[in-house]
Formats: sequence, C-alpha cells, structure tokens
Amino acid sequence: MKSIEMAGRTVDEAVENGLKVLRVTKDKVSIEVIDKGNKGILGLLGSKPAKVILTVKEDYEVIAKKFLRELLDKMGIKCEIHVKDEDDILKVNLVGPKMGILIGHRGETLDAIQYLLSLVINKSNEENAYKRVVIDTENYRQKREETLVRLANRLAYKVKRYNKSITLEPMNPYERRIIHSALQNNPYVVTHSEGEEPFRKVVIEAKR
Amino acid sequence: MKELVELIAKSLVDNPDAVKVSEISGEQSVIIELRVAPEDMGKVIGKQGRIAKAIRTVVKAAATKQNKRVVVEII
Repeated sequence: MKSIEMAGRTVDEAVENGLKVLRVTKDKVSIEVIDKGNKGILGLLGSKPAKVILTVKEDYEVIAKKFLRELLDKMGIKCEIHVKDEDDILKVNLVGPKMGILIGHRGETLDAIQYLLSLVINKSNEENAYKRVVIDTENYRQKREETLVRLANRLAYKVKRYNKSITLEPMNPYERRIIHSALQNNPYVVTHSEGEEPFRKVVIEAKR
Repeated sequence: MKELVELIAKSLVDNPDAVKVSEISGEQSVIIELRVAPEDMGKVIGKQGRIAKAIRTVVKAAATKQNKRVVVEII
C-alpha cells in the first residue's frame, strides 16, 4: 500500500500538499494526523508544522482494470473492460468481438482468468475481508446457468422414469450448486456430490 | 507468450524481481520455463496445482490463437 508523510502549517494544508504529491482526490485516501502542529506566537516563535500520513486506499477497480488490460493485451484480445465494485463482490464484464476464445471449453478459460484476478485482488488486501470476483462476457454466466437448470430437469425426468441414478460430469462448486438448487424441490429425486475436487460430480437419484 | 506468463507470475508472487521466464521454441510447440523464488513456489502452484492449472489454461487459450502448443513448466 502506498503511503506518505506530509507536513504543512495546518493539518488541512498538510493534507492538501499530500494529495498534490499523490495526485489523488481526498476520498481516495485515509488520513492519519500525527501532529496537529502549533502556530506559535505570532506565527513565529515555537511554531511547529502539522504532520499527517496519507495512505492511498486500495482501489479494486483500478487494480482489476490494470491487471486485465495487460493480461488481455498479451493474450492478443481486444475488448472493453467494465468493472463494478459492489459491496462484497467485484463484477467484471468484458465486451468485444471473438469472446469465445476468452470463454473456452465450458467456461474454463473465463474461470481461470477469474481465479487469477481474485488472487491478485485479494493479495493486495490481506487485512480486509475476502473479495469475491466474477468475470462475465456476452452474458455467458446466465446462459450457462439456464443450460444447467434445463439439463438438471431433463436428467431428473430420466432418473424418475427409469428409476436409475445418473452421475453428471465433473463440475466446479458453482455449477454443482446450480444443479443442486434446481432439483432441491423436485419431489421425485435427490442429489448429492461424489468424488474429490476438482473432479467432484453431482449424482441424481430417485427418491425412495 | 513469454510476457504473458511473466505478467501473471509477477502479479502473484511476493518477490517479482525473482521471477525468471525463458522460452524454448520448437517447430510447433513452445516450452516456457517459469522460475520463482523458493518461498513463492506455492503462489504459482497453489493447492493441488490449482493456480498452475489456471495459468496453463490462460496460456493455452492465448496459444490457440497462434495455432501453437505451449507447455508451461514450473521449475
């Protein structure tokens, strides 16, 4: 984290000076006053400058944009990066042509970039709460969720009809959750997961 | 491709200066060797190689654009 110590005749002046050096606005820093200073008598005798420490707050949007811009540049992908910092979750949307290459097979590339970004974001804020990061492009996440819900319902019907349990292919926790919650209220089947990460699979069974 | 691995590694480790990346190109495949400070090994490999896998996935996607096969090795 970047922080500097600044002095000035008054606290306000010291802060002003610091902001000029850091080239940021006041809302982007946290201010700690070490010494309020003393004007002295007639501004001459025994005057002491005010001292403050300014610390630039972690700006997730800036970190995320910088990392992704460089990453995508080096991958040879041109696109716009939209970042929204919502309370405990950082939402990134990528807009451009040929986003397929960015999504990859079953979203594996998108998930990999999302994971790396979350590591970079959370590395810089060890003292703060864990920040979740979601990267999306072309509404892929929502479309994938709809596909999984449809798949879940179709397989649940098969399970009920043939009274045989079905094991799905390995999925990440996020996608497994979608399947589980889609069938949670299904009166004919129950679901659970089997195996070890990263090969954990959802199993759909008929309810006895 | 080398710069891509370098950028990712440097963003993850505590000692970016110790990150060394070399590239050995063959006819169709490229081998990229990544070296980091010993205490940073965990930062680029991760639990059950999760980070290493993510790095390889991203590099693979970038490589497909150039019709190349890229192998990332962490030494």
